[in-house]
Amino acid sequence: MSESRIVLHFPKTLLDRPVISKAVQHYNLSFNILRADITQEQEGLMVLGLEGEQDDIDAAVEWMREQGVRVQPLEKDVVRDDERCTHCGACVVICPTDALAMDLQTREVAFDAAQCVACGLCVPVCPPRAMSIHF
Amino acid sequence: MIEVPKTYEEINEKIRSGEVVVVTAEEMVEIVAELGPNGASQKVDVVTTGTFGPMCSSGAVINVGHSTPRMKITHAWLNDVPSECGLAAVDLYIGATEVAEGDPLNRSHPGRFNYGGAHVIEDLVAGKDVRLRATAYGTDCYPRRELETWLNIRDLNEAYMLNPRNAYQNYNVAVNKFAERDIYTYMGVVKKGLGSANYCSAGQLSPLLNDPYHRTVGIGSRIFIGGAQGFVYWQGTQHDPTGARNELGVPKGGSATLGTVGDLKQMDPRYVVGVSMLGYGVSLALGIGTAIPILDEELAAQTGVSDAQITAPVIDYSHNYGLNEGEPLGHVSYAELKSGSIELEGKTVPTTPLSSYVRAREIAEKLKGWVKAGQFPLVPPVQALPTPESSPGFKPLNYRPVAEEGGE
Repeated sequence: MSESRIVLHFPKTLLDRPVISKAVQHYNLSFNILRADITQEQEGLMVLGLEGEQDDIDAAVEWMREQGVRVQPLEKDVVRDDERCTHCGACVVICPTDALAMDLQTREVAFDAAQCVACGLCVPVCPPRAMSIHF
Repeated sequence: MIEVPKTYEEINEKIRSGEVVVVTAEEMVEIVAELGPNGASQKVDVVTTGTFGPMCSSGAVINVGHSTPRMKITHAWLNDVPSECGLAAVDLYIGATEVAEGDPLNRSHPGRFNYGGAHVIEDLVAGKDVRLRATAYGTDCYPRRELETWLNIRDLNEAYMLNPRNAYQNYNVAVNKFAERDIYTYMGVVKKGLGSANYCSAGQLSPLLNDPYHRTVGIGSRIFIGGAQGFVYWQGTQHDPTGARNELGVPKGGSATLGTVGDLKQMDPRYVVGVSMLGYGVSLALGIGTAIPILDEELAAQTGVSDAQITAPVIDYSHNYGLNEGEPLGHVSYAELKSGSIELEGKTVPTTPLSSYVRAREIAEKLKGWVKAGQFPLVPPVQALPTPESSPGFKPLNYRPVAEEGGE
């Protein structure tokens, strides 16, 4: 069993189609919606955790791409500008998953992209604006 | 052992001869724990400190030079941030917390405050061009009425930081006890239901916490400011050394402050960072550091202070702070704060700092190098800051409703 976190962008034309339920049924996956939004441009955005055999996950992603969904791996989405980050720590109580956590020895803020669910809460909270979110 | 006090001259002589022993305030904790204050005072000559955090009461004086024709500037904007110009013709003062014109502020709460005076100062220090727009009413000697031009720090006559209040000696810990939502403050986002405890001090590395009666820092003292060398020009605003202290003399809450000055042209943008506090506004994260000569056992003991020995008051910012009401909910040590959580009213409350301890450490290390290299001579203050005995304390506003007939 593997787990994969992905960001899906649905064009307007796909918003009313059951792309995800078809994909998880056909490829025998289970899923967890981490975030879902419809942007002002009427594009659908969903952050999804998929669980299943790695081959099936890959095939499901490929199938969704064929339907016109843009798919990106999640960890690329929240980015820290390490030049800009001062390691002040203002983000650490805001981050809901401890992806941003204070290292009690070095006093640096460690950013663990694997734990990040791309909620984006850290972006406006970061005083020097070191965090950004890219979909 | 008998105490042998040292003088500034003796320490400066050791710097010249290369024998000086300089350690950071963090290293001094271990040394005093091991050797005791007397032993430490004989071993160590200078202790360096550092802090890096938002310091709102900061700003910069710039003289942009005279244009042709000349202009007595009456309104000015730097990258659209309004700048104070109630000074001579082309002197401007850009305040750190001034927000860019047109910013939606808190109309859509919480506001983002992405750009303001602190960012202008950072951009100048980084050598970036800054756009000046200015207007004037025009006079016989200063006929020009409008001006729009790029400025760069290298072309300015003077550009120096002039900060009314920096380096607060100790500070509040902010919590949110009463609001039904997270609150947005100058101490960051404070989570509802005692969901976070936000603090802002370098604790054992902080300049004034290592010299609680400011014996070695006063008017004229050389300091690290924004990566450059600057000076203390006055006590900071709200300087109040009269509050409660612990057995080591360390204030239990906000106390002494410094008025500081330093040359923007010598600064490093690593230590001068414009910051945006969600729902609050703009501030300047600034690096400040001092070098404390260990003149005697008392200073050795004081610089050896550890996070466990320094406490801060926990204040509710959802109601009590804003309305000047109530008592602290408790006092916690910086060791507890730095452990990641504190115990408060039977709850484990996660802590979040706003000042960067890594950068504070970096400043103290940098200063150590400067002192050893003879680039940071130590001098006694020209004049002491107000002491607990001489200070009038810190008064609230004497509010006197304005009657129709006017004042006295």
